[in-house]
Amino acid sequence: MPLSLPLVVILGLCLAGWFLAQSRAMSVSAGDRRKLASLPRQHGLNTVLSTAIPALGLILVWMLFGRLFSDSWLANSPLVFQGGVIAVALAGCLWSLGRIRIDFRARAAAERWIKGLLIFASTIAILTTVGIVMSMLFETSNFFRDYSWTDFFFSAEWSPNFRGDSALGILPLLWGTLYISLIALAFAVPIGLFAAIYLSEYASVRVRSVVKPLIEILAGIPTIVYGLFALITVGPFLRDYFAQPMGFGESASSVMTAGLVMGVMLIPFVSSLSDDIINAVPQAMRDGSLGLGATKSETIRQVVIPAALPGIVGAVLLAASRAIGETMIVVLGAGAAARLSLNPFEAMTTVTVKIVSQLTGDTDFASPETLVAFALGLTLFVITLGLNVFALFIVRRYREQYE
Amino acid sequence: MTDFPNTGQPRQSLLNLDDRTKKRNAAEARFKAYGIAAIVTAMLALAILLSSVVANGSSAFRQTFITIDVPLDADKLDKSGVRDLDVMKKVTTIGYAKLLREGLLNAITDAGIDTSLSDKEIATLISKEAPATVRNSVLANPSLVGETLTFDLLASGRIDGYYKGRVTLESAALDGNTSPEALMLADALKAEGLITTRFNWNFLTAPDASDQRPEAAGLGVAILGSLYMMLVVLFLALPIGVAASIYLEEFAPKNRWTDVIEVNISNLAAVPSIVYGILGLAIFINFMHFNQSSPLVGGLVLTLMTLPTIIISTRAALKSVPPSIRDAALGVGASKMQSVFHHVLPLAAPGILTGTIIGLAQALGETAPLLLIGMVAFVREYPAAYTENAGLFGEAATALPVQVYNWTQRADPGFVERASGAIITLLVFLLIMNAVAIFLRRKFERRW
Repeated sequence: MPLSLPLVVILGLCLAGWFLAQSRAMSVSAGDRRKLASLPRQHGLNTVLSTAIPALGLILVWMLFGRLFSDSWLANSPLVFQGGVIAVALAGCLWSLGRIRIDFRARAAAERWIKGLLIFASTIAILTTVGIVMSMLFETSNFFRDYSWTDFFFSAEWSPNFRGDSALGILPLLWGTLYISLIALAFAVPIGLFAAIYLSEYASVRVRSVVKPLIEILAGIPTIVYGLFALITVGPFLRDYFAQPMGFGESASSVMTAGLVMGVMLIPFVSSLSDDIINAVPQAMRDGSLGLGATKSETIRQVVIPAALPGIVGAVLLAASRAIGETMIVVLGAGAAARLSLNPFEAMTTVTVKIVSQLTGDTDFASPETLVAFALGLTLFVITLGLNVFALFIVRRYREQYE
Repeated sequence: MTDFPNTGQPRQSLLNLDDRTKKRNAAEARFKAYGIAAIVTAMLALAILLSSVVANGSSAFRQTFITIDVPLDADKLDKSGVRDLDVMKKVTTIGYAKLLREGLLNAITDAGIDTSLSDKEIATLISKEAPATVRNSVLANPSLVGETLTFDLLASGRIDGYYKGRVTLESAALDGNTSPEALMLADALKAEGLITTRFNWNFLTAPDASDQRPEAAGLGVAILGSLYMMLVVLFLALPIGVAASIYLEEFAPKNRWTDVIEVNISNLAAVPSIVYGILGLAIFINFMHFNQSSPLVGGLVLTLMTLPTIIISTRAALKSVPPSIRDAALGVGASKMQSVFHHVLPLAAPGILTGTIIGLAQALGETAPLLLIGMVAFVREYPAAYTENAGLFGEAATALPVQVYNWTQRADPGFVERASGAIITLLVFLLIMNAVAIFLRRKFERRW
């Protein structure tokens, strides 16, 4: 759809409107701008906005949804659309020019347009959520039309078969996800928590100013980097020095590989959240404990940590939701075999890995093997959302306690 | 000195520690040591991670080249003799490969190197990509035909690997694509100065290459695709994010609707990135029919993903502007809107900019959603920013992190080096962006 003509016309109308409105404002006030309720400039601005916003909005709607009508008569006659946009712009321009009077409050009118834009921008967040939920609900309902939901949620077998007749049980995927997240948290929570305690209670200002940014670097590294690290370094290392000598398995990609690397990724997450929470514990509580003769570590263990516990639990839950939704590390580090096993050196797979593998293949989009990805996505979304809401609820409630 | 009789009561001196105090002090030291151990572990993980990537990937920036004279035989390249491009295009890369082989054999005889290899085996020293390079330069300048020109040609992946330590004489003996004799021949050529290893700009500019030729694979298309996506994100996420933050921070009435929006934004910030990929696939590609694997769709998905980050940091920046600024503006007759746009926003700009750059850096490293919208496709053409058919940013492209993923899925071990090299490139970009953000914060940060 050629847009250059309407855009040029809109620009021209805006420019013309800007000057016309100012001169018209001057003429209705008979050359005395003190009689005007708004400055001529404000009249100009109002005209420009009334010209541009509806027309540009129409273009935006067309750009987003125009391809839906690519077969209808609308798409085959671009003149209709171009003419429509130009007509809207012209109408807006003339309408706002016609409104110019001595007592017309152009500033307020222009600001209504701007406020409308601001409100529109802030509803995009809502639209995103609605889009996420709708897109997944729609395709998931298609999936459950072909595949029984009891089999999906309660079957322990995952073996997609692109000729049809697949077993698509989520349990092995959930097991892999939880197992990897558990290992990651078992690694990240003690390290992150002790790092946060040391940094907020023991470290000197200088140590803190060096170590804190370094830990935050870990948070800024993209997950694909962690994934590659798991694939080429951690995986072979664990296989050669742990799994093979101890007879646990031959696979470089394993639950342990993915779990450890994900643990490293979560360290800064846990530590910076717990750091905030520990710092929020009032100094008076520490002073009271120290004054009674407790050592610093006793104060931390018996006063600070119990006081901060709800917040720390919230932080751990947030980290868990991160771990469950993490994709690249498990895609590269955990393997692709759906398995229900306790051996951490065996390759297992997760919900996110299967979303990627089911949606990146060249398969018929309407088949249950592809649509299952949306059901997996919805399950993932619900789990992480639940964890997040619960965690934020705990963290918030805790923060208010001492403020 | 007076000796106190030992009455069996606990010692009262504070200088001599009793067992209980010793135990408590030991516990104290232990606890502190745990903290230090945790920090050391984290630092160690960071160091191992970075050094592993650098150790694996730095060699990707160097490449082995073979310098030979190639006789551009007019009989073979242009049978008509009139330098008609259409006729010359009929000579495929196979025809050029024969010329390269001839050139290499000449060079070996000229240097007086003895080898037991057959001509065909000798030709495997040269990359499969090299004939295409020569063909392109001949087609770009047909007058070259008939002359003998010196070309710097890519050596094959195995020879390149040999000089980077990836391939050894032992591993070559088991390898179907090369042999210890070939490596020895390469050594002899290197001694003659015909094989050189030097910095490789092609890694940053060339497009991806197929499975058999890791030596030719480059990041050009991926960097361009990432750049396009960052432009989309910048031009959409920044204005929308700032507008939304201004509304929520300055104008929104405290009611249920605003609450819903706020809770929504904080939840969106924690939604797994792959869910955004599903959204992009379902809405932008399947419903709105945007082009698959185009930077436009990628940019839109990343925009939605970055918005919460930008909104959260922008709101913090707006909040840190003291209310007295707003009151002063309102006091001299500015409207609420004027006070925000003329005074509050400029003062919050450094904070907003910093947040935006950090959001962009996050978007640049994101992989999972892009996999789902088809950016894993093998793309060799540089995508144009605008074409009549595909529209703005509508041509297929890949992105830096996706290219890394792509290369990890290839069989040839040469691609591991490429993937790590791509990671280094990605990390350098992120480092630059974060450094700019920190610089801006330091330079313009204002305390009230």
